[in-house]
Amino acid sequence: MTATAPKPGGKPTSADAVPLLSVDDLRIRFRTEDGVVKAVDGLSFTVDRGRTLGIVGESGSGKSVTNLALLGLHNPARTTIEGRARFDGVDLLGASQKVLRDLRGRRMSMVFQDPLTALSPYYSIGEQIAETYRRHTGADRKKARLRAVDMLDRVGIPHAVRRVDDYPHQFSGGMRQRAMIAMALVCDPDLLIADEPTTALDVTVQAQILDLLAELQRELGTAIILVTHDLGVIEDTADEVLVMYAGRCVERGTTDEVLTTPQHPYTWGLLSSMPRLTSDVDEPLRPVPGSPPSLLNPPSGCPFHPRCVHAIDTCRSERPALARPEGLPGAGSGVSACHLDADARLRARGLPVVQHSQGAAS
Amino acid sequence: MSRAIPAPKRAKDAAPETGAPLLEVEDLRMHFPIHGGMLRRKVGAVRAVDGVSFQVGAGESFGLVGESGCGKSTTGRLVARLMEPTDGAIRYAGRDITHASRRELAPLRSEIQVVFQDPYSSLNPRHTVGTIITAPMKINGIDPPGGHRKRVQELLERVGLNPEHYNRFPHEFSGGQRQRIGIARALAVEPRLVIADEPVSALDVSIQAQVVNLLKDLQRDLGIAFVFIAHDLAVVRHFCERVAVMYLGKVVEVADRQTLYTNPHHPYTHALLSAVPGEREADGARKPRIRLTGDLPSPADPPSGCRFRTRCPKAQGVCADQEPPLVRLGATPGHEVACHFPAPLEETAAAALAPADRAEADEPAVPVERLEQTA
Ligand SMILES: Nc1ncnc2c1ncn2[C@@H]1O[C@H](COP(=O)(O)OP(=O)(O)OP(=O)(O)O)[C@@H](O)[C@H]1O
Ligand SMILES: Nc1ncnc2c1ncn2[C@@H]1O[C@H](COP(=O)(O)OP(=O)(O)OP(=O)(O)O)[C@@H](O)[C@H]1O
Ligand code: SF4
Ligand SMILES: [Mg+2]
Ligand SMILES: [Mg+2]
Repeated sequence: MTATAPKPGGKPTSADAVPLLSVDDLRIRFRTEDGVVKAVDGLSFTVDRGRTLGIVGESGSGKSVTNLALLGLHNPARTTIEGRARFDGVDLLGASQKVLRDLRGRRMSMVFQDPLTALSPYYSIGEQIAETYRRHTGADRKKARLRAVDMLDRVGIPHAVRRVDDYPHQFSGGMRQRAMIAMALVCDPDLLIADEPTTALDVTVQAQILDLLAELQRELGTAIILVTHDLGVIEDTADEVLVMYAGRCVERGTTDEVLTTPQHPYTWGLLSSMPRLTSDVDEPLRPVPGSPPSLLNPPSGCPFHPRCVHAIDTCRSERPALARPEGLPGAGSGVSACHLDADARLRARGLPVVQHSQGAAS
Repeated sequence: MSRAIPAPKRAKDAAPETGAPLLEVEDLRMHFPIHGGMLRRKVGAVRAVDGVSFQVGAGESFGLVGESGCGKSTTGRLVARLMEPTDGAIRYAGRDITHASRRELAPLRSEIQVVFQDPYSSLNPRHTVGTIITAPMKINGIDPPGGHRKRVQELLERVGLNPEHYNRFPHEFSGGQRQRIGIARALAVEPRLVIADEPVSALDVSIQAQVVNLLKDLQRDLGIAFVFIAHDLAVVRHFCERVAVMYLGKVVEVADRQTLYTNPHHPYTHALLSAVPGEREADGARKPRIRLTGDLPSPADPPSGCRFRTRCPKAQGVCADQEPPLVRLGATPGHEVACHFPAPLEETAAAALAPADRAEADEPAVPVERLEQTA
């Protein structure tokens, strides 16, 4: 794993500034017929202006649920949300629906995996973008339409003036995804949440969309939360990474740190599961054994312990805290939640699974 | 079209002549009719597969890659004869099965098996794992020595599942486990050729690796040939010894793994490989990307000449007039390219960087679309 190249644009870190978004000890539970699902269990992270936080993790690890909570989109009747989430001074979890409605689309907006769920088939693409703009800025129809054309042009729709009256079904998958990005960015939001924005697309189209997001971010200074299961996408786009497992953060740090010197056994597993265009084809992949845990009845202690080949007794009984590993040479500012001490992790790094990622990095 | 030769009882015993490929596909076509108007008359056709040729040797793993809609699944379904091609030829073990009837195909059903992408919908939720895996043996009249149950338990063990889970239902398993059940079902009849259509695409990265390793072991230990369809180029590279790249119903380049990934000569292969995220040069710099402009044209109305020309950075006049045939390139055996100007990556990259002076009307003129090298 080699993430040593500086990101295009070289965005500055605003270490002392107040983060745009800070999430602290977020807990989300759903009441279901089978019992209570602890979908998110004590999650904390921050996002700075103009930067991209990548969230990775297995299916069901709580990535989407977290973002929906920030946007206030859970059904309050069946969902319990606890913790704190501050967005530029606004308490998101305590805010009224009216405040949230006003924030959504204007200052925070989202892009989903499937644009057809977000675009209505009954209105033209242009009408939908213009309507979002009008609702939040009070602009008149003519101005809003011009703005829609401008946005479509900016996201690379050819002949935007002509295509603005097309309906979603007249666009290809990649164009719909662009249109949705245009709609999400029409009010110059401070935060864009993109939940698997390219998972359904081909690699060539994915590359176009990710470049487009980076380009717009450079121009507008938007902060981005990018949810993906593809570590390659993270490597190309994110400044910081949050690795989730069973509703918790198991590791967090800069992209370089997490991909070149991962600290958590689950992150090691993710990295060694993934074949690369340069890896040795005669070497078997090194999957994480077993399958993800049930959130109805999560494992005791470290949620990863049933699948972890390094687990010690403490892992089964005590939940590891998210902390900077002490006395580990090469560890940066990243944090991880694992009971293994520095020695054990170094020993574990002697195992092929970590040699693999270190070898590629040097 | 030539008729299928009546099959012997168990074609496995009639080994193909030595050296002959197990599967030969020649100029294969599948055109789905489009009906329109008041009378639902045929007004056109989706040329999903439009002249595809390739060969797969016994025990070989052969990969099909390409963008969504380029005809990979249709090719796979034709080869498994889940549908009948419009034109062309499919030969299996030396026998023409292009238009073979159900009865003629029956003895082959056990030899050619399919593993699908979706481990949820491809297993009957009301049947136990035992019933699911036994079914193809019963259909094909196979009576294993120790009985069905014993065989199923062996198979479950072979794919890494607990043999005691014989009586469980699919919903009691995770996605990766269900995909293993699908694989066990395919193995039950000892196939010689497995068509695996995106077998790991629906699975999480960590589970994906488990299933890829399993398929690789099976291919090696049991000598099964694979047509492996996937859109993840790194997974295909890991699994397949030879790979064909498809674009809009055609194979544009085919080569052994090493050649295809390190010395491809078709501009589309260049674009595809350069779009894989997270790949770096040896010095850690982001690999240069070859951006494709415009969208995939419709397979109902493909461009004249070379189908890739509307998005190709190297297109010239001849590309619109003449269709480039898939021909052997240079000294590497088995490396075939369908391009008027086959050349290494550098040429495509240089062409993509050059100012756009092509008169393509339907292209976005956005700077991000052009090659952008960030170091
Ligand atoms: N409305 C709901 N009611 C009950 N459980 C839910 C609800 N929404 C999500 N969950 C559960 O919460 C957990 C987290 O789901 P979430 O959608 O956040 O996963 P994810 O990490 O986004 O996964 P994926 O990669 O598959 O999108 C899952 O176990 C899911 O089944
Ligand atoms: N039964 C059908 N009737 C009409 N058109 C079809 C049918 N099956 C496939 N097609 C069309 O044929 C083309 C090729 O489809 P196919 O499913 O083979 O592509 P693919 O390469 O497998 O794509 P993907 O990567 O999305 O699975 C597409 O344009 C598709 O819409
Ligand atoms: S805490 Fe224990 S079980 Fe969890 S990842 Fe670390 S070693 Fe493995
Ligand atoms: Mg999700
Ligand atoms: Mg397909």
